[in-house]
Amino acid sequence: MKAIITILAVAALASVPLWLRDPYLLNALITTGIFVIGAMSLNLLLGFTGQLSLGHIAFFGIGAYVSALTSLGFDIGLPGGVRLVHEPWPPIAGFVLAIIVAGLCGYFVGLLSFRVRGAYFVIVTISFAEVVRLVALNWVELTQGPLALTNIPSIALPLPGFGELTLRTKMQNYYLVLVVALIAYLLIARLVHSHFGRAMRGLMENETLAVSVGIDVTRTLTIAAVISAAIAGAAGSLYAHYIRIIDPEVFAFINTVTMVIMVISGGKGSLAGPVVGGLIFGLLPVALRPVMAPEAQWIAYGGVLIAILFVLPRGIVPSLAQRFGRRRNGRTALAPVALAETAAKEPA
Amino acid sequence: MTERSIAMAIDQVAVRFGGLVAISDMSFTVGEGEIVSLIGPNGAGKTTAFNVMTGFLTPSAGRVTYRNTALAGLKPHQIADLGLIRTFQRTSVFPNDTIHDNLLIGLHRQGRVRLLDAILGLPGARASEHRLRQRAGELLEWVGLERRAHDAAGSLSYGEQRLVGVALALAAEPSMLLLDEPVSGMNASETHRFVELIRSIRDRGITILLVEHDMPMVMTVSDRIVVLNYGRIIAEGTPDVIRNDPAVIEAYLGHGAGRA
Repeated sequence: MKAIITILAVAALASVPLWLRDPYLLNALITTGIFVIGAMSLNLLLGFTGQLSLGHIAFFGIGAYVSALTSLGFDIGLPGGVRLVHEPWPPIAGFVLAIIVAGLCGYFVGLLSFRVRGAYFVIVTISFAEVVRLVALNWVELTQGPLALTNIPSIALPLPGFGELTLRTKMQNYYLVLVVALIAYLLIARLVHSHFGRAMRGLMENETLAVSVGIDVTRTLTIAAVISAAIAGAAGSLYAHYIRIIDPEVFAFINTVTMVIMVISGGKGSLAGPVVGGLIFGLLPVALRPVMAPEAQWIAYGGVLIAILFVLPRGIVPSLAQRFGRRRNGRTALAPVALAETAAKEPA
Repeated sequence: MTERSIAMAIDQVAVRFGGLVAISDMSFTVGEGEIVSLIGPNGAGKTTAFNVMTGFLTPSAGRVTYRNTALAGLKPHQIADLGLIRTFQRTSVFPNDTIHDNLLIGLHRQGRVRLLDAILGLPGARASEHRLRQRAGELLEWVGLERRAHDAAGSLSYGEQRLVGVALALAAEPSMLLLDEPVSGMNASETHRFVELIRSIRDRGITILLVEHDMPMVMTVSDRIVVLNYGRIIAEGTPDVIRNDPAVIEAYLGHGAGRA
């Protein structure tokens, strides 16, 4: 049942560019898809370990800048009169480096903050994002500051025997984003259903008990942070090569908030939640544009969010899964969050 | 009991919270394969002693060694890796998961695979997963909860949750098990079955240290009893010795009481 839904959903998403010719809508779908990948990575932390990263856009932005700079090249002066010159590399190398560097940043942020966790992690991540934004804004020699990095090349896929395929059209980029999103989805699914995922869930539900059976808190949370940051970095790289221009505004707090809204409304702790929430809140502005002034759109946005959380308080996917899956008595069919509520109703 | 080799040695341990002395100068040993109970009135320091032995609390003085390894400075999960596993008085389960999944989490120490193997779903990781599921089934049978395997742990009765807590601890493959008031909240027949369970655990070579208020249960199951009052040990010995110890009778019943 679940497999059928997944296959149908993927087939439907894959068919979109075949019948949708409007470049504006396709563009909206591509950028939404990129943000959905970011939201999925945020969900790994927020939904499966309970840690709220309110600076998640930092990893996304770092991925974007690393990828852009790798493919554009740079020439900067370092202290001591040394000049560091980097010749442009192919964008695909930038994509790989973006994942690695963002993952490393996730490692350090995790290492710093997971000894204390909770509110401290929220604060550390916010500060981290702000610091990175200021660096991007002020290290003009490297990042061009507010003038933005421009003319970022499109991703080119090396095809053995055929040379390279440069992804210029919207349709090509749509499929690139779709493939990366699917890989990210599968990776997260594998992770949360593995030994590591169980350790994460154990820590989220009852840390004392989890520790007492031998689960290492710092290690488990750091693994989650690294993978989450790496996926966000991949999304950032896609963003840079698709939009082809990035400035420090990519680090804006509102972008993190958007991802958090996508995760919460879709259902945190559910694999499909960020996808559903992401599609709704990514495409809502497009749907509202013909009927509302931009100022009024924000009000509608807020209204929709409140309505969703009012009717389906655990988020769309877990609430619906519970409503329709009740007969099945499925044990893992319900997302942890869905069960959390059931358990909460029981007298303690 | 002198012929047994010593599993755990608590040596002059003291715990002070500011001016409050929770434990003072506590020394006793637990032999391999022994069932020892730690009893005492409320606030005597029993749970505090447990917290010290499992790394959740650092003692103000003294040392705890388990199988000749000093526990000072080790984190709880590292102590768990030595095979020293505890249960808790209150927080005993992962409430939102099924019993079966609870045990899978508890089997953490047996299921360590490399991250990449897990993500790629390599045969090694899959074989390990299969082994864990089998083991979880065995454990459920052992504690008698196989029929509730797919219920959320939070939906069970209090007594059943305690059993899940014990099964979780057993999943972590202890060589010594510390049980913190395991039968509180259980009715008489549940308690009776639990005593059988404790014996079957010991028969598998697992040393047991028990904190418990249920005196008949303690007297039946223990090889040896250590009595704490106001943070210090006031008596130690076999159930028969403890039953007739005047200091113990006084601590529990006050002056002038005639029977224990």
